[in-house]
Amino acid sequence: MSTNVAQFQEAAARVTADTRQRQFIRTALGNYEIARDKRKAAFQSWESARQAAALTKWEAVNHLDTHLEELVAKLEARGTKVHWASNGTQAREIILGIFAAKQAKSIIKSKAMTSEEIHLNEALEKAGFEVVESDLGEFIVQLRGEAPYHIVFPSMHLTRGQIRELFAQELGSTSSDSPEELTMVARRVMRHKYITADIGFTGGNFAIAETGMISITENEGNARLTAALPKTMVTLIGIEKVLPKLEDLALFLPMLATAGAGQPLTCYNTMYGGPRQPGEADGPEEWHVVLLDNLRTELLADAEQRDALHCIRCGACLNVCPIFRNVGGHTYGTTYSGPVGSVITPHLRGLQDWKHLSNASSLCGACTEACPVKIDLHHHLLHNRRNAATEKPAFLERMGYKVFGIIANDPLFWSLAKKFGWLTQPLQKLVLGTALDPARAWTKTRDLPPLPQQSFKDWWKHRP
Amino acid sequence: MTVTLFVPCFVDALFPRAGISMVQILERLGHRVVCPAEVACCGQPPFNSGYWDEARPIARQVLQQLKDAEAVVIGSGSCGAMVKKFYPELFAGQPEAALAQQVADRTWELSEFLVRKLGVTDLGAHFPAKVTFHDGCHGLRELGIKQSPRALLGQVRGLELIEMKEAETCCGFGGTFAAKFPSISTAMGEVKCNSALETEAEYIVSNDSSCLMHIQGLLSRQGKPLKTLHLAEVLNHA
Repeated sequence: MSTNVAQFQEAAARVTADTRQRQFIRTALGNYEIARDKRKAAFQSWESARQAAALTKWEAVNHLDTHLEELVAKLEARGTKVHWASNGTQAREIILGIFAAKQAKSIIKSKAMTSEEIHLNEALEKAGFEVVESDLGEFIVQLRGEAPYHIVFPSMHLTRGQIRELFAQELGSTSSDSPEELTMVARRVMRHKYITADIGFTGGNFAIAETGMISITENEGNARLTAALPKTMVTLIGIEKVLPKLEDLALFLPMLATAGAGQPLTCYNTMYGGPRQPGEADGPEEWHVVLLDNLRTELLADAEQRDALHCIRCGACLNVCPIFRNVGGHTYGTTYSGPVGSVITPHLRGLQDWKHLSNASSLCGACTEACPVKIDLHHHLLHNRRNAATEKPAFLERMGYKVFGIIANDPLFWSLAKKFGWLTQPLQKLVLGTALDPARAWTKTRDLPPLPQQSFKDWWKHRP
Repeated sequence: MTVTLFVPCFVDALFPRAGISMVQILERLGHRVVCPAEVACCGQPPFNSGYWDEARPIARQVLQQLKDAEAVVIGSGSCGAMVKKFYPELFAGQPEAALAQQVADRTWELSEFLVRKLGVTDLGAHFPAKVTFHDGCHGLRELGIKQSPRALLGQVRGLELIEMKEAETCCGFGGTFAAKFPSISTAMGEVKCNSALETEAEYIVSNDSSCLMHIQGLLSRQGKPLKTLHLAEVLNHA
C-alpha cells in the first residue's frame, strides 16, 4: 500500500471518529445549501444556465490555443508582461525572478489556489521573502501553518473560539470572539502590509480573451487592495481559466457566486486590464501575468476527461459530497480536494499515487448534479479507476473478479457457493469482527444479513 | 407480456423474499415471468472497481441470456443502471455494442416498469405502517427514478410515507467502496440512519437491497428497532 493511501485511510478514520467536526461541517454546508437553492431559484432556469455555461467552457477549452493567443496579445498591448510556465518549478522561478528583480522584501497576497498548487509560499519563505495572505480565511490558515481546508472556505473547519485563541497567541490580540472584532484585528495587521508591501500577488477567476482582462471575484475587498496599492502586481492563473468574451461574465459571475457561496453576486468583481496607463491616477506600475500549464495540457489531450478543465473552482461539488462532509478537506492531502480534486489530482500528480481518491467514492453522483459547468465528475472517478486498473492491475483483486465471474454466472457453481456460505455461516459467527473474519471490513461496524437456506433461485426451481 | 426477471446475485442469495415478491406482483398483473438460471450477476463489482476486462465476460453472458427478452425487469436501481446505462459504455466499440444498446432499451427497474411501462400504481397492497423511502443513488441519478416508487407507495392502504431529511444523500454503501473504505462508508451510513430515525418511521423502504443491506447492518449492530424492506415486499403485502 502506498503511503498516500495509508495516510488517507488514517486521516479518514480520525475525522470520521470526530463527530463534532463532522456535525460542524455538515451544519455549515447545510446552511450553504439553503442559501444556494434560494439563489438558484432566482435564475429563470438554472438547468439552462448550466447548459449555457458548459457550452461556453467547452468552446473555450476546445479552442484554448486561439483564445490564449488572443488573451496574451491583448494583455501585452496595454503593457502587461506575460510569462508562460510549463510546470510548478518554472512558475516559481519566474515569480521569484520578478521579486528579486524588484528587490522586494514583503509580499501581500490575495487568494490563489494555483499558488497552493505550486507551493509558492514555502518557496518564498525559503528565499527569505515575507508573505502575508490577505483573504481572511487564508490569513487564518497561514497563521496556523495549515493548507486551506476548502478551496473557497479555507478556514471553515475552525470555530470562532479557535480563531480568537489563534489571534491572541499569534497577534497578541485580546478580542472577543465576535466575527466583527476578529475581522478588525486581521484588518489592522493587513492594512499595514498593503501599504508597505513591495508586491501585490493575486490569482484570477476568469481571463477574458476578447478584452485581455483578468477577472477577480472576492468578498472582502482584499484583492482590490492587493492589486491597487503595491507598485508591482503579479498574477498567477491556470491556462484553463480563459473565457472567450467579456459578456460571458454576465453568466459566469452570478453562477460562480450562486454555486460557490449561495450569493447573488460576490461582493467585489473587478476586471484588471493592465498596469497604470499614462494619465491614470492609480494602479500598479508593472503587472506580470504568469500563465500556468502544470499538466493541464495533458488533461486537455484526454478527450474523455477534458471537461474537467471547465472547472471554475466554485467548490459546489465539495459542498454536496458526502465523502468530503465526513472526512473533511485536509484528509485528501491535495491542493484541490473533494470530487474535482479526486478527478484531476491523478492527472496532475500521477495516477497510481492518487488513484485511491477515485476509489474513495460511492459514485453517488451528487457532485455531477451540483456542478454548474456540468463536469461529468463521478463518471470520471470511474474512468480513473478503469485507467488505473488497466495500467497496473492489482493481481489478487483481478483474480478475485475473474473467479467471481466464473462462479456467479454458472448455475451449478453459484448454487454450490450459496450452499457453502450457508453451511459455513455458523463458523463465521465464531470469528465475527476478529482478524480471522474474512468479512472484517464489513463486520467491524455492520452486521451481515443471514444467508437463508433457500435462495430465490431454489424457490424458483422448486415452485409448483 | 413475457417479463424476464433479472434477480441480482445478492438478492438471490440474501433477500429471496424480495425476488419472490417481484414474481408474484408481475404474475398477479397477468404477465408470464421467466427467470434465466444462467444469469446472476450484472458485472458491477469488477466494473465499478475499474476491472472492465473482467466485467465484460460476465456482462456478455447476461446479454446473451437477455437478447430475445421482450422486457427485462430488475428489482434494483443499481443493477438496473449497470444494464441500462453502463453496458453501452462497457461495450462501446466492441462487437456487442448494438446488442448492449438493444438490451438497455428494453430493461426496466421494477417501479419504473410498473408505473411508466404498465401504467399501474395500485397493486392492492395493504401495509399499515409508517415508512420512509431511501433513494439509491444509481436509481436516482443514473436512471432519474424519484416519482415512481412514491406513486406506488402512495396507493398502499394504511401506509404513511414520511420523507427524511437529506433524503437524496448517499447511504455510503457504494459496492466495493463499503469494504475498501469502511470508516467513511460507516460514517455516511450513520448520517443516513439518523435521518431515517428522526422520521420515527418503522421501516426504511427502498428499491435497492444493496443500500438496505448496509443500512440494516448498521441499525442491527446498534440495536435500533428500525427495519428495512424492499419496495416489492411492501407492494406484495396483502
